Amino acid sequence: MKYILMMTGKKSDFEGYARWSKEDIQANVSFMRAFSKELKDSGVFVSTEGLGWPSEAKLVRAGKNGEPIIDGVFPESKEFLAGYWIIDVESAEQAYKAAAQASQAPGPGGKPASMPIEVRPVLSGHADLGL
Amino acid sequence: MADHQHDASIEHLLRELAPQVLGAVARRFLDFSSAEDAVQEAMIAAFTQWPQEGVPDNPRGWLIQVACRRMTDQMRSEIARRERETAVAAETENLAFLLEIEADMDPDDTLILLFMCCHSALTPSSAIALTLRAVGGLTTAEIANAFLVPEATMAQRISRAKQSIKASGVPFRLPSPRERSERLPAVLHVLYLIFSEGYASSIGSHLQRLDLAREAIRLTRNTKTLLADNSEVAGLLALMLLTDARRAARTGPDEEIIPLDKQDRTLWDRAEISEGIELLTAALSKASVGLYQLQAAIAAVHDEAEKVEDTDWPQILALYELLKRVAPSPMVTLNHAIAAAMVQGPAKGLELLRALDSDPRIAGHYRLDAVRAHLLEKTGDYEAAIKHYRIAAARTTSIPERNYLMTQAAHLAGD
Amino acid sequence: MKYILLMSGTRAGVEGYHAWSKQDIEAHMAALQRINKELTASGEFFATQGLAEPSEAKVVRGEKNGVPVTDGIFPESKEFLLGYWIVDVASVERAYAIAGQISAAPGPGGKPTNMPIEVRQFSKP
Repeated sequence: MKYILMMTGKKSDFEGYARWSKEDIQANVSFMRAFSKELKDSGVFVSTEGLGWPSEAKLVRAGKNGEPIIDGVFPESKEFLAGYWIIDVESAEQAYKAAAQASQAPGPGGKPASMPIEVRPVLSGHADLGL
Repeated sequence: MADHQHDASIEHLLRELAPQVLGAVARRFLDFSSAEDAVQEAMIAAFTQWPQEGVPDNPRGWLIQVACRRMTDQMRSEIARRERETAVAAETENLAFLLEIEADMDPDDTLILLFMCCHSALTPSSAIALTLRAVGGLTTAEIANAFLVPEATMAQRISRAKQSIKASGVPFRLPSPRERSERLPAVLHVLYLIFSEGYASSIGSHLQRLDLAREAIRLTRNTKTLLADNSEVAGLLALMLLTDARRAARTGPDEEIIPLDKQDRTLWDRAEISEGIELLTAALSKASVGLYQLQAAIAAVHDEAEKVEDTDWPQILALYELLKRVAPSPMVTLNHAIAAAMVQGPAKGLELLRALDSDPRIAGHYRLDAVRAHLLEKTGDYEAAIKHYRIAAARTTSIPERNYLMTQAAHLAGD
Repeated sequence: MKYILLMSGTRAGVEGYHAWSKQDIEAHMAALQRINKELTASGEFFATQGLAEPSEAKVVRGEKNGVPVTDGIFPESKEFLLGYWIVDVASVERAYAIAGQISAAPGPGGKPTNMPIEVRQFSKP
């Protein structure tokens, strides 16, 4: 069963992260790398991506004549997806355990940030045989 | 066109030979894990070379030779007893040694591998991956593609599975008859999971996706040949054939689900149905009645009905009642409720569902709400049906199922 | 260049979607299927995933001892990710065009939903 583990942040969170000390950023990056590696070593890793900064995010709507309407205006309170992992595990509990681990990534001063990680099943393209 | 057919027949040959070669090499070197890696590499070499150079006169011998060479190369690069190394290294180049291995081959080797790979020490997904590779002769890439995970992840999963087996100390020998009957359910369960979990959407796929249902049928056929007297294996094969027979009718052009009562039965594979029924009849005549035989019998009753209105629901109900005694589970209770509804009316079915409301094994599972919705629809309580269809749609993790449940709700809401 | 196209919705929005008519749901699904097929044919398709509904979402935090703490409580206004596409395109304009197509997929009454699709780049590894 595939699950997605998502990290989000407001624009202010991203800006705050950018102002961390070099050591704190390094520690966080190393932690994330080690976490992904552990997922790979345990044979559960499917994919991971880190997304670009919200300042680069655009919102697109269908316009007239097939021309998309593009803007970059978001409310201050908007939670932007910062990154995600997709893992293939035997149970939801395993997914929550992995998320709890990711949540402990170190923040400013090296302390575990206890970030909230949203966890949800990824839908599959196949049907149930109902056997 | 000829090339493609040539490649396909080589692929088929390799898959059939793989477990035989692995059995022989593992038995000789008494190291399942390394033998498995070595055989895997020999297969890849064969798949690269044979299309160009032609299939060797003794393909199995060729594979054994290449795998043995790989084994000793590996041993040389490890710190091991020198004498043993050189002796074995010398031996593997010796034709007599290789002929010995081939002569030593035991038709039970594949069975040994099957029991090993489905060992209860492994998680279901590990057992599935290892079985497909070691017994099915599939490549890691093929298995990864079938389950939509990266190749490296699947390789790691298989590697860890082999480590678990090593750690659990399972010897390379056929389990005793008593061990076999204890462990056969685990084997059958893995084969069953391969069959039922193999369907994947074709969106975005560039490679020809492996047909896991076909693989499961092939593996189960081979298992049945090895355990000819076993009626549960025959039952499982019958169940797979009787279910697979309906495949062409099961999805529409946009991959939407078509339920059993709406399928175009002219699209059902009558040859598969005949074979399934034949197998089932032979299996049922052997006194014991197990889980897979009963499920196959139910599938047979459905498949025998040329028109949906000809379905013998009372017989299906009787079979579910038997199944409830032989192998009770929340899913069986669910399906029993559907059958009861068809014979005794939807209110009866709904009454039977209530037993599941307090069952933690199925609480929150989308099928409970889906079945409830279906029965409520039959009683004419559309409002409640819509509500449960929508709950089920939110809870399912299958895209086609969700679409189906949502459109069912929408259909009722629109009336 | 790879871009990720994100489709999100609030819980209320998703409930609204559930209440569409059968034809509207089918038309919407068919349009998205068509876009996926076109992207596969053009070689621009990289990945797509649909996520389980907001009702299935959990938030997890790790306690000090590593034990996960989960709950399913979210503010009403929360935008949940419903699904995404990752496209491999020659230009950002192409990414916007694809996002526009997704946004134009028909909704109630067959009119374009005009739902906003967020377009993001990936950060460099």
